Amino acid sequence: MRITKRLALAISAAALAFTMGAAHAEDALKLTIASEGAYPPFNNLTPDGKLEGFDIDIGNALCAEMKAQCTWVSQDWDGMIPALQAGKFDAIIASMSITPERLEKVDFSKKYYNTPPAIAVPKDSAIKDITPEALKGKTLGVQASTSHSNFAQAKYSGSELKMYPTADEYKLDISNGRIDAVMDDVIVLGQWLDSDAGACCKLLGTIEPDVSIHGPGAGVTVKKGNTALADKFTAAIAAIRKNGKYKEINDKYFKIDVYGGED
Amino acid sequence: MTESYLNARTPTTLRPPAPPKRWTKPRVIGHVLVGIWAALIIGLLFYLYTAWNPELIQKYGPTYWSGLKTTIGLVGSSIILGALISIPVALGRMSKNWFASSVAYAYVYFFRGTPLIAQVFLIYYGVGSFKTQLEAVGLWVFFREAWYCALVSFALNTAAYQAEILRGAIRSVSLGQWEGAASLGISKFVTFWKVILPQALIVALRPYGNEVILMIKGSAIVALITVYDLMGYTRLAYSRTFDFQAYLWAAIIYLILVEILRHIWDWMERRITRHLIR
Repeated sequence: MRITKRLALAISAAALAFTMGAAHAEDALKLTIASEGAYPPFNNLTPDGKLEGFDIDIGNALCAEMKAQCTWVSQDWDGMIPALQAGKFDAIIASMSITPERLEKVDFSKKYYNTPPAIAVPKDSAIKDITPEALKGKTLGVQASTSHSNFAQAKYSGSELKMYPTADEYKLDISNGRIDAVMDDVIVLGQWLDSDAGACCKLLGTIEPDVSIHGPGAGVTVKKGNTALADKFTAAIAAIRKNGKYKEINDKYFKIDVYGGED
Repeated sequence: MTESYLNARTPTTLRPPAPPKRWTKPRVIGHVLVGIWAALIIGLLFYLYTAWNPELIQKYGPTYWSGLKTTIGLVGSSIILGALISIPVALGRMSKNWFASSVAYAYVYFFRGTPLIAQVFLIYYGVGSFKTQLEAVGLWVFFREAWYCALVSFALNTAAYQAEILRGAIRSVSLGQWEGAASLGISKFVTFWKVILPQALIVALRPYGNEVILMIKGSAIVALITVYDLMGYTRLAYSRTFDFQAYLWAAIIYLILVEILRHIWDWMERRITRHLIR
């Protein structure tokens, strides 16, 4: 009896100390941010499973600007928004386009970059240009549940659409010759085509983005109604654009400014 | 034997009065649990009623239908193909020839011991990297299509399980049946076909049913290699609407599918066990 009493006392004391500690740490903003980790150069997993890439560097710069303590988690693309809604993390920085469809379910900061979509084909391909007519009857690979797949469904209905869980898989399949073309962000395709893995293929051309499908660019995603956090991120994006931190990160990865035009 | 049988039929047997039904603890718990289940089902139906959205049904209903057709087509063909492959494998497993038996053993060992998803990926992406060799032998046309890759991996997988079901069922028929047939001068093949197999199938029927049900649910991974089945279209619908209804409907469709299968199996069992009913 005495032992259980003592144990109970010890546990409650520990719990008290723990809650006090947690209350103390709340002074600094603590955020858990999710990214995908299969979309290089924007986000990628290192061999030991850590997230890296443009999204991650930008996220860290934004956290530093907001004086927030951020921890990163990697999450499957398909489950990204449901997990955000379920409160598994506070924000998503994963090159997620600010599309009207998503805006019904979640909120976004202003964009932190905007690059056009593009199409890549095998080097010996007979496809001449990126128009839907030129791709009629061909198989076109895209990542499922992305603005690119929605765009392809809407505009390239004459092509046979193949939807892959991540970008890695359509890259494998076009180099295997199973599909005739792939559509994705120009930077993502460009980086892959420059690497050994992309030796099979070439860039066919970029596509004029459709704002009603692609949205104005990629933003930081937060839970619906959490506009306070979204505004914080928007302000932080503007701040790192101004103080040169954005340019520093941008130049580390790209030759061009991926931010796009001011809006 | 005959006497007790007759006794059971005499109507004069007096039974003691039924004991009063008391509210014992297990009985109360049973009622409470049934109540909880009933409440859950009513809640589910109520949710579906309130969440009824004709626009969504109109938009995604046809995709569910085409997904369902893919699921049924893929599972049906792979079960049949698997059944064909399973016969030589089962014979190999029972063979006294060490080579045949070890090949069959290795086959079953590998396909039962590794996850289906790994087998699907190995066949789809692994085979894809041997494109030039496959083109040389003219097989690329076949392996280029994701659907055929899925069919091959599912058939190979289910064949391993079906071979074990078949082997167990054949072994369950007593040796006396073989010996009895042999004493009548019936050939081994006819004995197997007419005597052993009909008895073995009674034992095998339920495990076969389980295998079909497991395949129906296991086939949900096929969307990973771009074959959009019922589950694939469900995930797609969910990723565009973020409405949990999408999964609920898929669950209901799978449930109905399995329920239909269960009835077919009940019917088959009644049919092949007619001679056992007195």
